[in-house]
Amino acid sequence: MTRWPMLLALLAVALVAPTVVYPVLLMTVLSFIVFACSFNLLLGYAGLLCFGHAMFFGGAAYVTGWFLKTTGASIEIGILVGGLSAAALGLLVGLVAVKRSGIQFAMITFAISQFVYFVLLQAPFTGGEDGLQRIPRTALLGVVDVSKSGSLYYVVLGFTVLAVLFFYRVVHSPFGEILKAIRDNEARVESLGFRPERFKLIAFVISAGMAGVAGGLKAVAFQIATLTDVSWTVSGEVILMTLLGGLGTLAGPMVGAVIIIGLNDFLSQFGEWSLISQGVIMLVVIIFLRRGVVGEIDAFLRRKKVAPAR
Amino acid sequence: MGTTNAPAGAGDFALEARGLTKVFGGFAAVKDVNLAVRRGAIHALIGPNGAGKTTCFNLLTKTLQPTAGTILFEGEDISALRTADVARRGLVRSFQISATFPHLTVLENVRVALQSDYGRAYQFWRSLKAVEPLNKRAMQLLEEVGLAGSAHLTATELSYGKKRAMEIATTLALEPRVMLLDEPTAGMGHEDVEPITDLIRRAAQGRTVVIVEHNLSVVSSLCDRITVLQHGEVLTEGTYAEVSTNPDVVTAYMGGVDES
Ligand SMILES: Nc1ncnc2c1ncn2[C@@H]1O[C@H](COP(=O)(O)OP(=O)(O)OP(=O)(O)O)[C@@H](O)[C@H]1O
Ligand SMILES: [Mg+2]
Repeated sequence: MTRWPMLLALLAVALVAPTVVYPVLLMTVLSFIVFACSFNLLLGYAGLLCFGHAMFFGGAAYVTGWFLKTTGASIEIGILVGGLSAAALGLLVGLVAVKRSGIQFAMITFAISQFVYFVLLQAPFTGGEDGLQRIPRTALLGVVDVSKSGSLYYVVLGFTVLAVLFFYRVVHSPFGEILKAIRDNEARVESLGFRPERFKLIAFVISAGMAGVAGGLKAVAFQIATLTDVSWTVSGEVILMTLLGGLGTLAGPMVGAVIIIGLNDFLSQFGEWSLISQGVIMLVVIIFLRRGVVGEIDAFLRRKKVAPAR
Repeated sequence: MGTTNAPAGAGDFALEARGLTKVFGGFAAVKDVNLAVRRGAIHALIGPNGAGKTTCFNLLTKTLQPTAGTILFEGEDISALRTADVARRGLVRSFQISATFPHLTVLENVRVALQSDYGRAYQFWRSLKAVEPLNKRAMQLLEEVGLAGSAHLTATELSYGKKRAMEIATTLALEPRVMLLDEPTAGMGHEDVEPITDLIRRAAQGRTVVIVEHNLSVVSSLCDRITVLQHGEVLTEGTYAEVSTNPDVVTAYMGGVDES
């Protein structure tokens, strides 16, 4: 409950941020926040390590872009269509993958994502190596002009806030309670009369759909959808963000996304250094921050709270 | 017992296994086991380590698919059902290795089981208020096992004995008609064994219990009937007095059971 004032303060910062920081960078951060939260739902609460989550993110970016270009529908519809398409793809992948667990699940999702990458590379509407360009920023609800980055930012922020509230709800729902139980001890949940694979499938579809919303947001922010967003490096990046921020915490993936995107932006002027720094961060997380930034802070605060009582 | 129009004998058994067999890559862990558990009884399944007791439980609850044999639950063939469906019908097991949800609170551990029959488990769009009506029943169950005071602790914080008590409360939440307990006192200190035995005796009121147990004093004080397994086969069956004086059983146990 003590979290709410902090979240409101964060929201206030987010509202004025475009006066200080370049809006496209902020929108990148926000879309990756949604993306990392979707990944966290899967790994942090369902215990499923998807190694090809970029297929939902990048795939939906193409769908949103293509949909807005061909129909000229309002922008929020375009983003939602991206999300729905990713959820549908998630259903197909989930039906194949969810019965497996651990490394097998990771390998299957990785293999399918490589296949999706190949299909998108070959498909006529994606523009191949050049990407799908000139995605229009159509009017919000068909009336509000959001073609300028300064105003589009608030659309992206609105989607992000709704997405985070949605994730909070899913995690703190009757469904979320069973999901956490499955992560903790799947055999026991099954012996209590549940069908764990169904819960995992639903979680997978939700996660894929939200990764798709994130991809749609990125597509309208950059006005281009590229193969990079479908590639395994982005799948790896979202894992890094989530682990760095703190797996299985609400704030963790957000913090992770801010740090990684911020760092990438700062280091991009140094070329290859951005890759090297990611490697170093990964090592630091593995060695020193097992629970991630937010997880370690939580643990520290809990220790402080408990200490006087002893 | 009072049933008059049931077919001869069939109604008396809550759980039956006929010719139950499980082969793991050429090795028969369970061989042609016939088991008939009387309604309302506390029935022990004992035998040396590796005798196939846990495998029997896995087969009876369909955690494992039998290689051969039939399982009848209350006279109905359940051999083709899934684990989850077997549990929903009222045949629920516990695990030899402690099976809690360590990151959930004690109350939530029990509430998960109560959700099984509540029809809201898939509702990801509702807040936890939707399952709060279950808290009352969860607290009752925790009270029954003496854990009401620990309801809001995280499960990992419980001592081993309390964890096992919580597992029993979780199992009882399903109101099983037949409960399979796999070594409920294993690994416990002496001070914990007594309360758990009492708890099982109380929990067995109005239901049938099958229990795997190495502690023979627990077996003798609790159980009406005992089946002895050895090398996957039934060695003998009878009351404690009959079984404990059977020379084959004595030999089997001399063969190396670490009685602590
Ligand atoms: N999944 C499996 N795959 C292969 N072999 C198995 C499997 N499960 C059990 N076994 C083997 O089957 C035999 C019976 O095992 P089981 O666990 O049923 O014994 P148990 O009577 O429960 O023993 P304990 O008293 O040690 O718990 C053992 O030899 C074991 O190694
Ligand atoms: Mg065993």
